Amino acid sequence: MMEITNKQISAKARHKKIWKTVISYTFLTLIALGMLIPFLWMVLASFKPLEEVSQLNPFPSVWHPENYLAVFKKVPFARYYFNSVFVAAWVTFMQCLTSAMAAFAFARLKWKGRDVVFRLYLATMMVPGVVTMIPNYAVMVKLHLLDSYLGLIVPASFSAFGVFLLRQFMMSIPDSLDEAAAIDGATPFQIFWDVVMPLARAGLITLAIFTFMGTYGSFFWPLVLIKSEALRTLPIGMLFFDSNYGKQTNLIMAASVMNIIPLVILFISSQKFLVKGIQMGAVKG
Amino acid sequence: MNKQKQTKDVMTAMAFLLPNFLGFLIFTAGPVIFSLIISFTNWNLQKTVPFQFTGFENFITLLHDNDFWLYFMNTIYFLIGMPIAIGGSLVLAILMSQKLKGIVVYRTLFYLPSFTSGVALMILWKALYNPDFGPINMVINETSRVFGGSGHIAPQWLLSTHNLFGLEVERVAMTVRQWGLGARDAIIFMGIWTAIGGNNMLLYLAALTNVPPELTEAAEMDGAGKWATFRNVTWPQLAPTTFFIVVMSFIGGLQGGFEQARVMTQGGPANTTTTLAYHIYTKAFEEFQIGYSSAISWILFSIIFVITVINWKLGSKDLNY
Repeated sequence: MMEITNKQISAKARHKKIWKTVISYTFLTLIALGMLIPFLWMVLASFKPLEEVSQLNPFPSVWHPENYLAVFKKVPFARYYFNSVFVAAWVTFMQCLTSAMAAFAFARLKWKGRDVVFRLYLATMMVPGVVTMIPNYAVMVKLHLLDSYLGLIVPASFSAFGVFLLRQFMMSIPDSLDEAAAIDGATPFQIFWDVVMPLARAGLITLAIFTFMGTYGSFFWPLVLIKSEALRTLPIGMLFFDSNYGKQTNLIMAASVMNIIPLVILFISSQKFLVKGIQMGAVKG
Repeated sequence: MNKQKQTKDVMTAMAFLLPNFLGFLIFTAGPVIFSLIISFTNWNLQKTVPFQFTGFENFITLLHDNDFWLYFMNTIYFLIGMPIAIGGSLVLAILMSQKLKGIVVYRTLFYLPSFTSGVALMILWKALYNPDFGPINMVINETSRVFGGSGHIAPQWLLSTHNLFGLEVERVAMTVRQWGLGARDAIIFMGIWTAIGGNNMLLYLAALTNVPPELTEAAEMDGAGKWATFRNVTWPQLAPTTFFIVVMSFIGGLQGGFEQARVMTQGGPANTTTTLAYHIYTKAFEEFQIGYSSAISWILFSIIFVITVINWKLGSKDLNY
């Protein structure tokens, strides 16, 4: 008697579960399509002749890969690429290095005043970017760094967020490791470089990806700092390309596709680290 | 001896901290103070007037400026996307927390817009929203023709001052004339599309996997329905995450809107997409009124500060259970 009711219940439950799965997949797929369709439209439009961009049919009648070459003929797009990657690579390197050292001081060393200084760092994370932008611009004018790579790289090389994120990672490393190394006669620098850094690798990779991505797409600072065309980064180059050739939607879309391709590659290859890093950096904060 | 050790500890720490701390002083802490000082001056890079301290003049001018209040209202208007985006992230996270096959593929697709967000995607959306040639309006108009309509019902999107609430542009009032979908709603929708599958979804996903399964199982054993279980068991467990997301969204949202305005609308039509951040940019870097724009940036900072404190007060009460 008991067995029969159990079986009935489990059959019903299984039935219910199947329905739930079907509904979930349907919903998830619909949302995924909603995310994907704008990207698909962008890619297809980038291969269309101009007169077909405004047609309802999303597919080009004849594919025009030469649209991509046309972008390079109209603006120094390769130069924009180089500038963006060059600046982003330097900023990423500098930020990881300075943030890791500072995070080590906050997470692994005991010193008077540590918590006060750390709170000061945290407090500035609430200050809107525009507050510091204006004086920073004035500083750049004084240092004659307007319109230069250094002006793009140096102010972006220090971040409170990076310190915060790496501190989270470093705090999860057991203290006993440092102590053991110290007893073996390791200097603080050796502990930093040989013990903590290798164990904080996941955090460093996460920060590197965030920083690279953020600098690659950064808009406000290059916009106010850069005047000459040769120093434009991709977002600024895109902005002027759009305002000068805005009617040629197919070329604009080709440029947009080229703009995001490195990000898509970076994202797909680093997803595992990113997901973990975001969840670790914030949830435990 | 003890004193000596203390000094040595501080010296060691300083050696590690110094590179970052110097940068922090020069490019963050210093500028914050500098910015506060110049907000009390008439500093203008075009030097039309002699430099002098003007006391609270900038702030007084500002608060009597109708445009400032319009930009303030715009900034607040853009926040209506926030609860939708956060709620959406939660729903997606709940769906994804079921152990379904192929979930990584979905996660990748959901996260893609937020990872690639920026100027390129804004230019893309500008094309999508184009009232005459954009695919969105073509689909709307085609659909209306299929159902026997005129085929001219689609909104003007980025060119229109219409909005969901029918708000007038120049004064605080609602009219049928302004009711519809316009530039602000278009930007909000784009924002939801960008953010819904981004970091917030990942945070909720992590928080959901941290809810002890015993809790939800116990509730269901006691005969609680799905909704009651969620409301009484899961939701309180998510409170710290929700709190974090809400605080960060307010901070980000209140200082947002700059890129959208610069890339998509130039702050128009009729200044309806000019947020405080964009206003500060035009005052500082197009009109070179450094003192005045610093004053606006401090008003913005104060608003963010007050709202964060309110969030904190309300949130920490919430976190107690």
